Amino acid sequence: MGAQKKRAAAAAAAARVSEDPDDLARQPLQAILLADSFTTKFRPITLERPKVLLPLVNVPMINYTLAWLEAAGVAEVFVFCCAHSKQVIDYLENSEWFSQPNFTVKTIESHNIISAGDALRLIYEQNVIHGDFVLISGDTVSNMSLTQALQEHKERKKKDNNAVMTMIIKKSKPSPITRQSRLGTDELFMAIDPNTKQLLYYEDKADHSKGTICLDKMLLAENPSISLHNDKQDCYIDICSPEVLSLFTDNFDYQHLRRHFVKGLLLDDIMGYKIFTHEIHSSYAARIDNYRSYDIVSKDIIQRWTYPYVPDVKFCGNRATKLERRGICFTAFNSEIEQSRSAQVGSFTVIGYGTKIGSNSKISDSVIGEGCTIGSNVLIEGSYIWDNVIIEDGCELRHVIVCDGVIMKAGAVLKPGVVLSFKVVIGERFVVPAYSKVSLLQQPTVHDSDEELEYADNSSGTVEFSSIQGTADQSNGEMTSESSEAHKPKLGTGGVGYIWSICEGGQEEEWRHSVAPIPEDKLTELSEAMDDDQELVTQDRTALSTSGELISDSNASEGDDNEDSKDDSVYFEKEVEATFLRAVEENVKVDHVILEVNSLRLSYNMTSADCAGAVFYSMMKLAIKTPHSSAIGLLTLYPSPFSMVASNAYPIYLSGELQQNTANIITTWQKLLKSYLLEIDEEIEIILKFEEMCLESAKEFSPLFARILHILYDKDILQEDAILRWADEKEGADESDKVFVRQSEKFIQWLREASEEED
Amino acid sequence: MPDIQALVSDLASKLRKRRVQGSYETARLTAELLCAVILQHKEPTTNGAASLIEAVRRVGEQLIAANPVELAVGNIVRHVLHIIREEDLSPLTDIVGELKLSAEDDVEDIAEDENSQKSSATTDGCLLKPPLLLAVFEHLPDSATACQTFSSENIFAGKGKKLKSELIKAVNELIEDINTCREGIAEQAMELIHQNEVILTLGHSKFVKEFLCAAKEKKRSFEVFIADGAPKFEGHILAKELDKKGLKAIVITDSAVFAMISRVNMVIVGVHAVMANGGVIAPAGLHVLALAAKKHDVPFVVVASTHELCSLYPHNLEVLLNEMRCPSELLNFEEFSDCIDYGIASSSSLLHVVNPAFDYVPPELISLFVTDIGGYSPSYIYRLIADYYSSEDLPPQQKPAS
Repeated sequence: MGAQKKRAAAAAAAARVSEDPDDLARQPLQAILLADSFTTKFRPITLERPKVLLPLVNVPMINYTLAWLEAAGVAEVFVFCCAHSKQVIDYLENSEWFSQPNFTVKTIESHNIISAGDALRLIYEQNVIHGDFVLISGDTVSNMSLTQALQEHKERKKKDNNAVMTMIIKKSKPSPITRQSRLGTDELFMAIDPNTKQLLYYEDKADHSKGTICLDKMLLAENPSISLHNDKQDCYIDICSPEVLSLFTDNFDYQHLRRHFVKGLLLDDIMGYKIFTHEIHSSYAARIDNYRSYDIVSKDIIQRWTYPYVPDVKFCGNRATKLERRGICFTAFNSEIEQSRSAQVGSFTVIGYGTKIGSNSKISDSVIGEGCTIGSNVLIEGSYIWDNVIIEDGCELRHVIVCDGVIMKAGAVLKPGVVLSFKVVIGERFVVPAYSKVSLLQQPTVHDSDEELEYADNSSGTVEFSSIQGTADQSNGEMTSESSEAHKPKLGTGGVGYIWSICEGGQEEEWRHSVAPIPEDKLTELSEAMDDDQELVTQDRTALSTSGELISDSNASEGDDNEDSKDDSVYFEKEVEATFLRAVEENVKVDHVILEVNSLRLSYNMTSADCAGAVFYSMMKLAIKTPHSSAIGLLTLYPSPFSMVASNAYPIYLSGELQQNTANIITTWQKLLKSYLLEIDEEIEIILKFEEMCLESAKEFSPLFARILHILYDKDILQEDAILRWADEKEGADESDKVFVRQSEKFIQWLREASEEED
Repeated sequence: MPDIQALVSDLASKLRKRRVQGSYETARLTAELLCAVILQHKEPTTNGAASLIEAVRRVGEQLIAANPVELAVGNIVRHVLHIIREEDLSPLTDIVGELKLSAEDDVEDIAEDENSQKSSATTDGCLLKPPLLLAVFEHLPDSATACQTFSSENIFAGKGKKLKSELIKAVNELIEDINTCREGIAEQAMELIHQNEVILTLGHSKFVKEFLCAAKEKKRSFEVFIADGAPKFEGHILAKELDKKGLKAIVITDSAVFAMISRVNMVIVGVHAVMANGGVIAPAGLHVLALAAKKHDVPFVVVASTHELCSLYPHNLEVLLNEMRCPSELLNFEEFSDCIDYGIASSSSLLHVVNPAFDYVPPELISLFVTDIGGYSPSYIYRLIADYYSSEDLPPQQKPAS
């Protein structure tokens, strides 16, 4: 009888499982979880611990992803480990994920993989994926139900074999001021067919300085209607057909999932593969991409938007926490904390197991890990403090991340945005400047070449990464002792660790991705900058009005053309100037400069006269910038009869050396200039430009106008015809316009006489 | 054993992940699981019942810890423990040779009629617990252990098997009870709902639905006001279901209960759990409704099954625990995403959303409980609880607290 009952119970259990609405798929759903983000955004922390194991509200991130995958009905997950793979595998082996019924977790390990593309190629070789799969990275938090998205994907796939991928998106307005989403990622532009939800365009690195984005004309021609969004957030959860893996194998240059794969598919007409989107509304999904999103997602979790993945629900073997009412809102506590009576723990705070809090300390909006010791009179605000941290009396922490084992001596202060990596010691009363990153490991040297930098910026600097890993491990032991001596002054008395220098260029952008909220002065600065080119912004706002439908035959953009070109010419001039200055600094060959300017000319659709004008303009600018020292001495050497004209306004002594400088520059770069002077019109353009400069932007030249004209003539840059025609043109102009014609009267006369003589 | 352990952890994980919710569903699954636990339990030659009690309690603790908010789990575990203790005593009486008949009756009565079981329990006299006397309560642990040691000495292998089969029978009857509790409640609908009455309910409760439908099937004609039960608006589902049954349903908002209460003859609601003092833990919004009913002297009737009876008092720690649910039930995250932007120093998250799931309604606001074993007033609930649970099985957390 017993056995019978048992069987009945088992059958009942089986029936229950199959009734489960999540369990739609006939064949078990598989998932690939990339336990490596292939980026360097979380350095220096990720030098010592993989990103997926970083605690997010006291639970390693990967648990959120795995718990969601399990809840979403995924039966088998392949965890792809690369950097620190041993740590990831060890962690998973000790967790309960390997012993779940109806949910298998398998790890795939590789060390020489530098991008998501390589990882997928490796998985394809292993031949483990048999049907549709979910592609996700191990730093994603979600509570959405996959059922509907999966069903849509399958139905589309049945109808159209080319529908290989469904991308999950979510509405999220980017801030108009900072041009980034609340998760700190760049504003994303997407064109979606409103009827079929097909993704037609994807651009996450739009150039905001231009204020425009370019769509392929064919998009408008081929699709009856498209809607263009800038208020969607990419959740980085993709439902893929097995073809995706083979596509990665076929296109061995695909590295990045979005930048290469998605854009590649969208541009590639030959194969005709299509990507669709699925928008989620009430559920939550976000990926932790940088420190800012770490902060934002943590707060979302504490505010329970990610329910049931919240601190007081044990979704993955985390310790039980309970909520306590603090004012209106709630604070999650572990049962065994020691809290002094006078300590104030504010709302939206999570405090881990075994933590001690001293008297008169104030903690608000923060996450404190397990086994921390917090002294008295400590102020902690909006910070993330991991496990076993010791904070002595009187420290102040605002909007910082403090990793495991850090010791902060009494009175130390961390300014907003600071990240302290593992086991750093901050000396007594030391103030760590805002946005600095402190680690026991030394900062890896940044390669100087432009390309390398960009490579690191793009999410794939892992070659570099792994090599550092090796050295870091070796030197770890000695460094602690060494650094305590060598760098003592850097972190106060008794401090241990290196402050990483923020790489150039990044400095300016540091506030964008930091844990600290954007400071207000930054915002006002930005919004002022915006007001300056208000026109531009409004123009682009209307063009990209959120989710407005563009009808394919609209001529709306034509009206803007004039203004566009005006703006364009300004930008073009700036670009040329920048190119030229760089060429001067770096001694680039003239031929190369010509090539670069030509490419700029093509991209901005300019005439060669414009080029000539712009190049000349930049040369003259350079001449002004070149320092004029010992100018007074030169004045006597180059007494100028014309200089008296403007002598009231400008010191005369400038003119001598300025002229010399100009002559030098013209000599050096005449080839460049000449390459654009194909006809006489361009030469006249230069003269006009020069005249304009003398009147407006570079009045220093006005006394030297005739002389420089002469130099230009001497160097065969201007032909006499051009000068004469210019003079003729000016004949009928106003008196005020004739200043320079008059100035160069002698010279022109001489030219005329010379030509007559020749005749 | 590993098989059982897998089943246990499976249910525990389901509870943990909030994939099984609602008192009816959790009660049923828990009872089924405990049945399997008893079935698979390999008792040692001596001391059968004690080890069985230990095994059930261990499983119970796991399940309760998995989701302390679902009080029905604890109720079922304690009830099963109570059954084991009772069954354990009956072979003892068998050997003693006294009260044999009443004990045999006792076993069968558990299923058939709780009232008679109660009487039989009282006939057991001092051996079983008299529910009223506190002094006897204090002695009980001693007497119970004495009984156990006494019984274990006398239990032979054959007796152990008999105990087990009796237990299985009793637990199966419990499962049967849980499955049929709705019908038991619905049977009483005719006595409570009269012709042309106006009934008000809030949200969606399966018990209320069955109750109303039962009255409708017996040709009573009446109207139902349904407060829609924000934020989940499950009242809308109830309205649809009643419409299919041909009942006139009028949907109102939660905030309109005071406006409509004067036209209502009776309020009927379902609850999450019934406390030992006669108060109830109920979906948020019910306290307001109860106050409105009190104000206008409208009867406030709670339908609840016996598995919702909870041996805890509302001041117990685990009851104070309110489930804070997802704020996205209240408002759309996307719409407010720019308000919930913590990334900007000036406006750091001023907007918060709090979504508690439950209300506590004190006993003085409740007129009547309709359970599957009849109607009771709130002041009688403690008696029912004494019949259903043994005092030894009260949650361990309560002991250090008191």
